[in-house]
Amino acid sequence: MNFDFSDDQKQLRDQARKFLSEKCSPKAVRVVLDGKAPYDKELWKGLAEMGFLGVAIPEEFGGAGAGHLELCVIAEEMGRANAPVPFSSTVYLAAEALLIAGSDAQKKKWLPAIAAGEAIGTLALFEGKGNPSPKNVKLAASNGVLNGVKKPVADGAIADFAVVAARTGSSGRDSDISLFIVDLKAGGVEVKNLTNLDPTRGQAEITFKDCKAEPLGAAGEGWGILTEVLDRAAVLCAFEQVGGSDRALEMGRDYALDRIAFGRQIGSFQAVKHMLADMYVSATLARSNSYYGAWALSTNAAELPEAAAAARISATQAFQHCAKNNIQVHGGMGFTWEFDCHMYYRRANAMALGLGSLSYWEDQLIDRMRKKNAA
Amino acid sequence: MNFDDTPQEAEFRRTARAWIAANAPRQYEEELRRSSLGRTQLKNANILEVAKEWQKKKADAGWACLHWPKEYGGRGSSPIERVIWQQEEGPFGKLSGMFIIGHGMCGPTMMAFAREEHKRTYLPPLASGEKVWCQLFSEPAGGSDVAGLRTRAEKDGDDWVINGQKIWTSGAHYSDYGILLTRTDPTVPKHKGLTMFFLDMKSPGVEVRPIKQASGASDFNEVYFTNVRIPDHQRLGEVNDGWNVSLTTLMNERSAIGAGVSTGFPELFDYCSSLMLDDGPAIEDRAVRSKLASWAAKASGLRYTSMRAISALSKGERPGPENSIGKLVAGSMIQDVATYALDLQGAAGVVSGPEDAELAGRFQAMLLRAPGTRVEGGTDEIMRNIIAERVLGLPGDIRVDKDVPFNKIPTKGR
Repeated sequence: MNFDFSDDQKQLRDQARKFLSEKCSPKAVRVVLDGKAPYDKELWKGLAEMGFLGVAIPEEFGGAGAGHLELCVIAEEMGRANAPVPFSSTVYLAAEALLIAGSDAQKKKWLPAIAAGEAIGTLALFEGKGNPSPKNVKLAASNGVLNGVKKPVADGAIADFAVVAARTGSSGRDSDISLFIVDLKAGGVEVKNLTNLDPTRGQAEITFKDCKAEPLGAAGEGWGILTEVLDRAAVLCAFEQVGGSDRALEMGRDYALDRIAFGRQIGSFQAVKHMLADMYVSATLARSNSYYGAWALSTNAAELPEAAAAARISATQAFQHCAKNNIQVHGGMGFTWEFDCHMYYRRANAMALGLGSLSYWEDQLIDRMRKKNAA
Repeated sequence: MNFDDTPQEAEFRRTARAWIAANAPRQYEEELRRSSLGRTQLKNANILEVAKEWQKKKADAGWACLHWPKEYGGRGSSPIERVIWQQEEGPFGKLSGMFIIGHGMCGPTMMAFAREEHKRTYLPPLASGEKVWCQLFSEPAGGSDVAGLRTRAEKDGDDWVINGQKIWTSGAHYSDYGILLTRTDPTVPKHKGLTMFFLDMKSPGVEVRPIKQASGASDFNEVYFTNVRIPDHQRLGEVNDGWNVSLTTLMNERSAIGAGVSTGFPELFDYCSSLMLDDGPAIEDRAVRSKLASWAAKASGLRYTSMRAISALSKGERPGPENSIGKLVAGSMIQDVATYALDLQGAAGVVSGPEDAELAGRFQAMLLRAPGTRVEGGTDEIMRNIIAERVLGLPGDIRVDKDVPFNKIPTKGR
C-alpha cells in the first residue's frame, strides 16, 4: 500500500510553496482584498510560467500532462497562500469540463490558452438561491442562443469564457439540461460585479441576452457532465481547504506561542491548547479524506462520487472550524482588518458555498453510500 | 498513490488468509461481527475461553504476537505484516481484547527491561495466551496524574515489600501476572521516586475486587497490596527510574496501529437504512441524513488516517503524529452515535433489555459503555494535551509540583 504522494509530487508541493511564499505574500493578497485590483495578474502569469495552470492538461493541449495528483498538491498550496487568482474557476471547473466533454476543437481553442495564463474560464451554474439541481437551471437555450441570468458566477467579471448550464427541455428530467461554452468577450452578455464575502475572489452576475453559445458535450447530457465536474472540483477544492486549514492552524499556534497574558504564553492554557488540538483533529480528518479523493480522482475510480462528497464535507468543516478558531485564539486582534485571520475566515466561508453548500453535499454523500450498498 | 500490496505483502496476505480460513472458530464469526461496544459477550460460550483457545491455536502455528521475536513467542514479522494479519483476522480479532494490555504494553516493557531468563520464561506463555497479564499503574490518587501514585515499595533484604492500592485495572480478575509501578522514594519530586516491577498476581497479599461500572458490567478492578513480597530480580529498570520505564509502556500503547477504532457509525448507518420513522424511512429524512453524513466523513477520515500510517509502515518509515487523533475522535463519536440512535427510537429507546429492546439493545449497551472510552487509556483531555504539546509544540502545563518532594505535595483540595 502506498497511500501517500510520491517524492516527486512532494517536491512539486515544496516548489509551489516556495513560489507562492515569494509571489503571494499576505501583502500581495491585500491588494486584491482592498479592491485595488480584481485579481493578481502578476501571480497569474507566474503560475502559468511555472506550469501550474496546465499541470493536469495533456501536453497535446499545451499543458504539462502531469496529472491530478500533481494538481492536488498545487491546490493545497494555493489554499494555504489564499491566492487571489481565478485558479479554481479556471482550472478545476472550466478546464475539467473541457477535458471531460470538450470537442477536439474546443480543447485546442481553450486549454492551451488556460495553460498559458491567457484565458480565464469559469462555470456559470447558479441562478440565485439554491443548490445544484436541474430544476434550479432556468436559463434557456434554443438554437444555440442563451437568454437568462446567472449569479453568483465565481470570477465572472474577469473571465474570458464560461461553461454555462442551460435548459433545453421541460420533461422534468436531468436530460433537460445541456452545457454550452460562451466567449464572454464576444458580446451578448452583461456583467455586474457582486460584493461578496471574500473579495480576494470575485463573484458576478452575468446576464445573457440573445447570446450565441456553442454546445459543450451532447445535448441533454449536461447534468451528467456537470455532476462529474463538480465531483472533481470538490476534491481539488478540498485540497485548497486543507491548505487553508493548516495555515489557519499554524497562525493560531504561532500566536499562542508568542502572546503572553497572565504572565505566561497563552498556548500554555488548556482552554487554548485544546482548541488548537481540536483544529488539528479536523484538519487531519480532512487531509485523510482528501487523499482518498485524490486517489479516486487520479485513477478515475468508481468510488469518486462518494470520495468526493466525503472530502468536500470534511474539508469544508475543517476550514471553517480552523478559520473561526484562529480568530478566537487571536482575541481582539483577530477581529481587525489589519491581521490576516479574517482573510481565511472569509475564504473558508465562501468556499463552503461555492460548489453547493454543506447540506447539499451531505445529501449527496448519503445518496451515494446507499447506491453503493444497493449495488 | 495506490492501495495495492507489494508482492511480498500479497504473499503474506495469502498465507495468513488461508490459515485463518482453515483454523478460525467460524461458529462465532457472525456473532463476533455483530458485537459492538458494550456488547461483546457470546451467547452460548464463555468468550474468555474461546479467546484463549484461538490465541493458543495461533501461537502453535506461529501467528501470535507477530511483531515479537521468535524466541519470545512471536513471528519476527514486520509492522506492516502485523497490520495485514489484523485486516485478515477481521471479526476474530475481537477475541484479542483480553490480551491487548499484555501483548501491547506488558510484553514490550518486559522485552525492554526484564532479564533474559525472565523474557524466555514469561514471554512465550504471554504470547500464546496461556498466561494473561495486566497493568497496575492507576491509583485513586493518580489517574491522569499517574506519577502521583502512592503504592509503596520498600526494600527488605533481597525482596521489596509492597503496600497500597491500584484501581481501574482491566482484567486483573483473570490475570496471572502484572506490571506494577510503585513509589520507592517519597522524599524526591514525584517522577523521580518511582520503580517498576512485575509480579505474580497469585502472590500472598494481593486482593482483587471487581468494580461495578456505571454500565453495570465489571471489566475493571481495584487491586489491594498488603505486604506483598517481590524479589528484586523482578524489578524492571533501575530503582527510581520507573517513570522512564512506564513511558516505554505507554508509548507502546499508543503505537498500536491498524486495529481500527470503533465509532459506531457502520452500526448506525445499517440501522437507519432500514428504520421507518413516523413520516417515512429514516434514511430519507433530511435531519437524519445530515447527521449521518457528518459522521460518515469522520469515520472515513479516521479510516484513511490509519491508511496513511499503514503506508508509512509499508515503506519502512515511522508513522506521523496524525494517528494520535483516533481515540479522541472515536471516543466521543461513539457516544454521540449511540445517543442519536436512541433518539430515533423515541420513547422506546429507554428500553434496554436484550429481549425487549430495539436491535436487542445494542445501542443502549453502547451508550452505557461509551463514557468509559473517553476516560480509559488517556482521557480526552490528556489526548488533547498530547496533540497540543507533542504535535503542535505548545508548552506543557505549568507543573506546580515539579520540584516539590512527593511527600510535601498537598493531598486535599480543601
